[in-house]
Amino acid sequence: MFKIVMAVIARDLKLAMRRQADIVSALFFFVIVVSLFPLGIGPEPDLLRKLAPGVLWVAALLATMLSLPRLFADDYRDGTLEQLALAPHPLGLVVTGKVIAHWLVSGLPLALIAPVLGIQFDLSVDALLVLTGAILLGTPALSGIGAIGAALTLGLRGGGVLLSLLVLPLYIPVLIFGAGAVDATVTGLGGEGHLSLLAALTFASLGFAPWASAAALKIALE
Amino acid sequence: MKDRFNLYRFASPATFYPLAGAMIPYFAAVSVVFGLAGLWLGMLVAPTDFQQGEGYRIIFIHVPASWMSMFIYLVMAFWAAIGLAFNTRLSGMMAQALAPTGALMAFLSLWTGALWGKPMWGTWWVWDARLTSELILLFLYIGYMALTAAIDDARRADKAGGLLLLVGVVNIPIIYFSVKWWNTLHQGSSVNLTKSSMAETMLWGMLLMAMCFWMYSIAIAFMRVRTIMLERERHTDWVKALLAGDEK
Amino acid sequence: MIHWKSFADFIAMGGYGVYVWGSFGVTALIMIIEPIMVARNRRTTIARLKRQMRAETRTENRNASE
Repeated sequence: MFKIVMAVIARDLKLAMRRQADIVSALFFFVIVVSLFPLGIGPEPDLLRKLAPGVLWVAALLATMLSLPRLFADDYRDGTLEQLALAPHPLGLVVTGKVIAHWLVSGLPLALIAPVLGIQFDLSVDALLVLTGAILLGTPALSGIGAIGAALTLGLRGGGVLLSLLVLPLYIPVLIFGAGAVDATVTGLGGEGHLSLLAALTFASLGFAPWASAAALKIALE
Repeated sequence: MKDRFNLYRFASPATFYPLAGAMIPYFAAVSVVFGLAGLWLGMLVAPTDFQQGEGYRIIFIHVPASWMSMFIYLVMAFWAAIGLAFNTRLSGMMAQALAPTGALMAFLSLWTGALWGKPMWGTWWVWDARLTSELILLFLYIGYMALTAAIDDARRADKAGGLLLLVGVVNIPIIYFSVKWWNTLHQGSSVNLTKSSMAETMLWGMLLMAMCFWMYSIAIAFMRVRTIMLERERHTDWVKALLAGDEK
Repeated sequence: MIHWKSFADFIAMGGYGVYVWGSFGVTALIMIIEPIMVARNRRTTIARLKRQMRAETRTENRNASE
């Protein structure tokens, strides 16, 4: 069972490495969006510091949304997805592998760049640490929940926007706890509560989302 | 031997179509009766509120609309589950028939919430837990309608929409809890939109209006589902006979 | 029984008239327009389906008589 997941991860990572431009552009999207906010709001450090957790998290959500269609679209187009669905091993495991691979090339880089951007917003070291941890902890949930949306909208016209419409409301708890953790650290209340809830969300979504996505894929492939 | 009454007959569109058609006028009439009774109590009899003056009377719309928006979503999710489990066609049609009404109820809840908030707390919008959750519920409705509209194949639309509804229904408690958490952390005092103790006439007015909205929703959903049935089942004999016979 | 002393009082709603009637007004609007739209949709759908049926029987008859 484990081997199937690892095999899928390895394959998806290899394919992703051939398209590094996609990964890098999503990352730059994150950077650009984050930079737009001070330009729109004004450079006042106090205001920016207060807004930073929300801004960084919303930008992370949007950057993840950008990369979600790639999760199944390429395999769907060349018929691989059908083969994977017909294969004897459970489709849910295959999706788990894809979700983990997706996180490795989208969520993980976001978490690594976020502290750098956080410095632009004058966040303290504590806050930066919690920010990085929260994004690391929360982005797997984003990949998991996003997989459900990507599977439901497979092959549909208006795909990317429709996908965002479906998935962004479901992202709201992750946003609230993720940004809340950093906020709580800044105000001195401590982000442990938020981080534990975030962890719970991630584990729950990694547990359930692959199976919901697999069901959605089967519906789309009929 | 007498045939036992079999409810499963009505899972067939051909049998449900005339049944729904016959029931619509009754549900509409009952809705009107409840509405008149509720408005009588709420608008004409119920006393002035001590704190909020006459403005509180908006609750006779706001609360029933909120209840219906959530209830309809649950009913849609129920039909989604039935449809996915038993592969019945009518369940999917029923869910799609309910969606626009549910979305309108969510919108109405937000609209009346804003009109209530403006005179009471000075702003058109308050980011309290209930209103924010209602807004997210509206997003969930719109997502469902967008997804089903984007899929050409009716069966795939039903199933995909159904799965989305089930995912949504599981997420709603999580979303509500997280919004409540977010709200209590960011606001000192929590804004309370409904009163903890109400005069009896107020309570009854609210309940009667809720019944009015419920009966209305059923009537509208039945109307809509009949049109959906005609569209989906247009190649069946019973629809062809219906269309041929109905030369109006 | 009735709470109001005059019709003018009823409309004024203690100063909150705009908000109360704004709410009830939109509700009434929705509950009138929604059924009308559903009924209209039904009529257009039936008309379209009838047209399609006639077109199909015409092509069937043409194909059968060839």
